[in-house]
Amino acid sequence: MAEVNSKVIEKELDSNTNNGEGMSTVHELINKKYAYGWVTPIEEEPFPFGLNEDIIRKISEKKDEPEWMTEWRLNAYRIWIGMKEPRWAFVKFRTPDFQSIRYYSAPRMKERPKSIEEVEPEILRTFEKLGIPLEEQKRLAGIAVDAVFDSVSVATTHQEILGKFGIIFCSMSEAIRNYPDLVRLYLGSVVPPSDNYYASLNSAVFSDGSFVYVPKGVKCPMDLSTYFRINSAQTGQFERTLIIAEEGSEVSYLEGCTAPIRDENQLHAAVVELVAHKNATIRYSTVQNWYAGDEEGRGGIFNFVTKRGKCMGDNSRISWTQVETGSAITWKYPSCILQGDNSTGEFYSVALTRNKQQADTGTKMIHIGRNTHSTIISKTISAGMSQNTYRGMVRVMPKAENSRNYTQCDSLLIGNRCGAHTFPDIDVRNSSSSVEHEATTSKINEEQLFYCRARGIRPENAISLVVNGFCKEVFDHLPMEFAVEATRLLSISLEGSVG
Amino acid sequence: MSLLKIKNLRALIEGQLILQGIDLTVNPGEVHAIMGPNGSGKSTLAQILAGNEKYEVSPESEILLLGENILDIPPEERSRRGVFIAFQYPVEIPGLSNTEFLHTAINEIRKSKNLPPVDIWDFEKQLKEKMKEIGLDPSFSERSVNEGFSGGEKKRNEIVQMAVLEPVLAILDETDSGLDIDALKSVAEGVNRMRSPDRSFIIITHYQRLLNYIQPDFVHVLYKGKIVKSGGFELALELEQKGYDWLKKEEEMEMSSIGVLS
Repeated sequence: MAEVNSKVIEKELDSNTNNGEGMSTVHELINKKYAYGWVTPIEEEPFPFGLNEDIIRKISEKKDEPEWMTEWRLNAYRIWIGMKEPRWAFVKFRTPDFQSIRYYSAPRMKERPKSIEEVEPEILRTFEKLGIPLEEQKRLAGIAVDAVFDSVSVATTHQEILGKFGIIFCSMSEAIRNYPDLVRLYLGSVVPPSDNYYASLNSAVFSDGSFVYVPKGVKCPMDLSTYFRINSAQTGQFERTLIIAEEGSEVSYLEGCTAPIRDENQLHAAVVELVAHKNATIRYSTVQNWYAGDEEGRGGIFNFVTKRGKCMGDNSRISWTQVETGSAITWKYPSCILQGDNSTGEFYSVALTRNKQQADTGTKMIHIGRNTHSTIISKTISAGMSQNTYRGMVRVMPKAENSRNYTQCDSLLIGNRCGAHTFPDIDVRNSSSSVEHEATTSKINEEQLFYCRARGIRPENAISLVVNGFCKEVFDHLPMEFAVEATRLLSISLEGSVG
Repeated sequence: MSLLKIKNLRALIEGQLILQGIDLTVNPGEVHAIMGPNGSGKSTLAQILAGNEKYEVSPESEILLLGENILDIPPEERSRRGVFIAFQYPVEIPGLSNTEFLHTAINEIRKSKNLPPVDIWDFEKQLKEKMKEIGLDPSFSERSVNEGFSGGEKKRNEIVQMAVLEPVLAILDETDSGLDIDALKSVAEGVNRMRSPDRSFIIITHYQRLLNYIQPDFVHVLYKGKIVKSGGFELALELEQKGYDWLKKEEEMEMSSIGVLS
């Protein structure tokens, strides 16, 4: 998604530099507000509202799943009904009515299209409009895309090339049918069905998502990417992603998301599991731009996501980079379990909230192996009447000798009606490890803005330059195309925060 | 027409009157030096010329740039019309490279003049050239704006920006303070290279030192928010010899003669 999208952006940037329309392009984008808010007119096949064991069986049946999978889901559902919704996050919202959500909605089609030619033209047009052309002749060379539309994956590109390397990149539904042994081995191994309220719900009803398997010693020759699009109303999106990197392998994965503008809230409860074996590296980047609701806080996505990676083998590495600008509410803590000796976990995050958005996001770094290292860089920007929270846990277990963590949390406030909060939780259970935590909170600096303005730069762009500078450390960890996208998103999101 | 005409400039900050009626005319091509002791209002004058909104300017005051009052015009627009200030304390902007910063600036300025934007790569080349001329290592183009620069590097960077933006009126606010002799010379050379019949400078300084390298056409002494004396370069020399104390005495005498001090 990133590359394709970025092509569009690069074009915009080029035209900026070449014909002087640069800033006006940004302005147009700003005035459009949320640019991805349209609905694709397509015949959908939604399930009835509500959740019960029959619905779960129907989802499983719809997907042609084996019996063990159905049982796995039902087990998760039974755990879920006994759980209470967590309320510890620093966000306020009305609990979704789980009986008034549809748990499955897919474009009407006989079976999953075997080739791009069989995909509904409206859907292809939707993804093209989002900057992700899927057709053979149009798609870009450097990136493989799995396109998820509501509850189903509609197409996955470049599978043949990846196949030559033994890499599996397909929808989760396909993986369950075609690679049941791998799925059974790893599904729920990092985020068990009992993990937390929303992860349990996801385990019961997850519809689709991406599956990646990189065999031993293989460095994935291109970035892999999933683009999630919510289209249908009153439907939850529950995707499930599983990435397995075998010994000595490397993979970089990108995730993007958008949804139409609607007055009611929509639930998105995803689970992402990463497994890195000995000497393997997984980089996972997200640019989250779900619809955030309007100025009054009406509508928007509830983004309740569990993302976790396990560094199983020695010297393995998992790196999370996220840019969160969308969603009415974000509740998300991409984490690392550092089990192998000398393993490394990283978390780089930019979270921007405005209007009445609320974000409670951060990470957990659990050091279990010896000489494990973790780095946390979190940048939060709050504007309007939003509330933005960093919540992080660093736990160093008794056997994790000589482990190290470095945490840096910087908050930037724009205006005086927003809030920034930091809740670090540090727990070190041996004496040979060291943990550093640095935190700053500042208001956007008037002197910096004046300095920019004294050089001819208008206030909106001055803010955007200063904020982008503030986020630089994180953007440097994004793949190039994503960094361009992220910079642009920030500029758009900062509209209206001047003065 | 004069390039800049300041009429009865009176300004307050937090209720305190800092500028008490300044009149100054700068014609194209002229270099004016404004000298004066600490706290006389020199930097306030520079900030107000650049459009800093934290000062309250009295409504009867006027600042005419090419005949048009610019007091209600925001700083970015003044910059686009060719006003440049080299700041006394240049701010740091972490994460924003000098190239990106100035490229954005120059293209906004060009856009306001309906000129096509410059390409970032061409621009960076040009920026590096200017840096070399002013004795700043070209690698500074990739560094964050002023972040971690020494005092001298910050001041040189201001002069680089001036060279890139090619203003019609450049105000140098104590650009010489904190500079060693080499830096002082390269700053002065940077200014002299840019002197032209249609570009004017206002050089604010405590010391005559910089003026040895940049010969001003006029020297004004600012004291307690007023220009108390104007003259040619010889006034700067006189100040260097006598310090500012004699001014204070002169003022006191004047005050007592009109019965302010009893």
